[in-house]
Amino acid sequence: MTDYQNVVNDRIKSVKPSGIRKFFDIAVEMDNVISLSIGEPDFKTPWHIREAGITSLEQGKTWYTPNRGFIELRREISNYYSRRFNISYEPDTQVLVTVGGSEGIDLCFRTLLNYGDEVLIPEPSFVCYNPLTVMAGGVPKTIKTVAENNFRLTADELENAITDKTKMVVLPYPNNPTGAIMERKDLEEIAEVIKKHDIFVLSDEIYGELTYGDRKHVSIAEIDGMKERTLIVSGFSKAYAMTGWRLGYILGPSEILSYITKLHQYGIMSSPTTAQYAAIEALRNGDNDVMAMRSDYDIRRRLIVGKLNEIGLTCFEPLGAFYTFPCIKSTGLSSDEFATRLVKEKRVAVVPGTAFGDCGEGYVRISYAQSLKNIKIALKRIEEFVKELKNEG
Amino acid sequence: MDKLLEILSENSSFTNKELSLMLGEPEDYIAAQIKEYEQAGVIKGYKAIVDFEKVPDAGVTAIIELKVTPKKETGFDEIASQIMSFDEVSSMYLMAGSFDFAVFVTGKTMQDVASFVARKISCVDGVIASATHFMLKTYKIGGVSLVDDNPSDGRGMVL
Repeated sequence: MTDYQNVVNDRIKSVKPSGIRKFFDIAVEMDNVISLSIGEPDFKTPWHIREAGITSLEQGKTWYTPNRGFIELRREISNYYSRRFNISYEPDTQVLVTVGGSEGIDLCFRTLLNYGDEVLIPEPSFVCYNPLTVMAGGVPKTIKTVAENNFRLTADELENAITDKTKMVVLPYPNNPTGAIMERKDLEEIAEVIKKHDIFVLSDEIYGELTYGDRKHVSIAEIDGMKERTLIVSGFSKAYAMTGWRLGYILGPSEILSYITKLHQYGIMSSPTTAQYAAIEALRNGDNDVMAMRSDYDIRRRLIVGKLNEIGLTCFEPLGAFYTFPCIKSTGLSSDEFATRLVKEKRVAVVPGTAFGDCGEGYVRISYAQSLKNIKIALKRIEEFVKELKNEG
Repeated sequence: MDKLLEILSENSSFTNKELSLMLGEPEDYIAAQIKEYEQAGVIKGYKAIVDFEKVPDAGVTAIIELKVTPKKETGFDEIASQIMSFDEVSSMYLMAGSFDFAVFVTGKTMQDVASFVARKISCVDGVIASATHFMLKTYKIGGVSLVDDNPSDGRGMVL
């Protein structure tokens, strides 16, 4: 009999399964669960964007696109980045359309990393950086960010983590799961360290459209001397509620993009054609949709943060993405216990902070990509849960 | 539209405290705003959105299209005021297009509604023709979907 364990690559065997999965599995088994564990918009893709995809299908436009993506789309992406974030990229050579931001992240690691290269990953953060680094032959090194600094990456933390093997740092801001953002001043400070040590940046800006108050997302590539050492990964999933279309992009120096494109070409050929037509429409006529969704998220965010603080689950103010990351230490439970008991006893699903790195212990991720009505009910249940815990204690 | 109105028109069950959190305005400001809207007649009232199909013996609803001859002095309004005064009429609109009034009528049975149209509405002075349409199923009322529309249907596991 074949010993499958011997067949499988050692690195993939060493990768841990995602901690989020466990809570999905518990939640789907139960009735009447309100899920605040969702990592995608609850909105549907705006109709005019869907219609652009449908029209392209009706017209039979079902072939591969150029490897890098349609030039019209790359032009729109380039226009969009200069219009929104003041950085200009050359559509012909500095833009690659990918299968979601996720493919983009994978491609960047695989193109840049040599065996043993270290990648600095601020945590808590999205679950894919660590395993994708490992699969690309790199060595993930965690930088713990802390609530006292609003989960921002500081120059000192970065400086202390850099070794002579450090190849690159991931900048996952606006952050999933904490909702933290990096403001211009923060970026300028870490840019000095990055330039001093001559390392590269992978800036995951998938939540770049979702910042609140008067704080607009600032890309590190906009900071002096950083564009030439930054790869930006972003996409359409979060801003335009287009998760299922699987469309994202990478922006960066043409010298690197040409290698990344080579990998994309062999592995993927080209990103989904229908999605690219829809994305062109999104970038041309979708600004108002983004604004409307952002405004709805903001209302929910304020309600959740206000209520959680009132309930006694202290919560720093998340300024980006659609997550809150309240501290649950006051309950005496671990993140895992809190999330498990909450879903079992009160039918509300949240994700334990530890799913996003060990330093997420003591926190849970609560998503507000859920209707106001359900958020209101869920908050009530959480309040009851915390009260009952106090009475137990 | 004002955000406060937007929220309340979708769900009026939020407390002033919650509205104050959501909109980042002080609670007393919210209370004053709501009072102002109520006094100005912008907010006409608050009521529950009920899915009557789930209520036993809730009766039937029909939309009645009416063609009328407007009166010389008072136009459509006088005829409207007569028709809207019947208890059976729940809503009524003046329309542009191939008929004049859309009248929403509820009754216990289809027979009740039919006889109401024949005996009461059709006899109002000025009414020249009517067409009665019974409602079979309600999908959405006042912006609220009554269909179980679970957005997670068929959705994949997200990391």
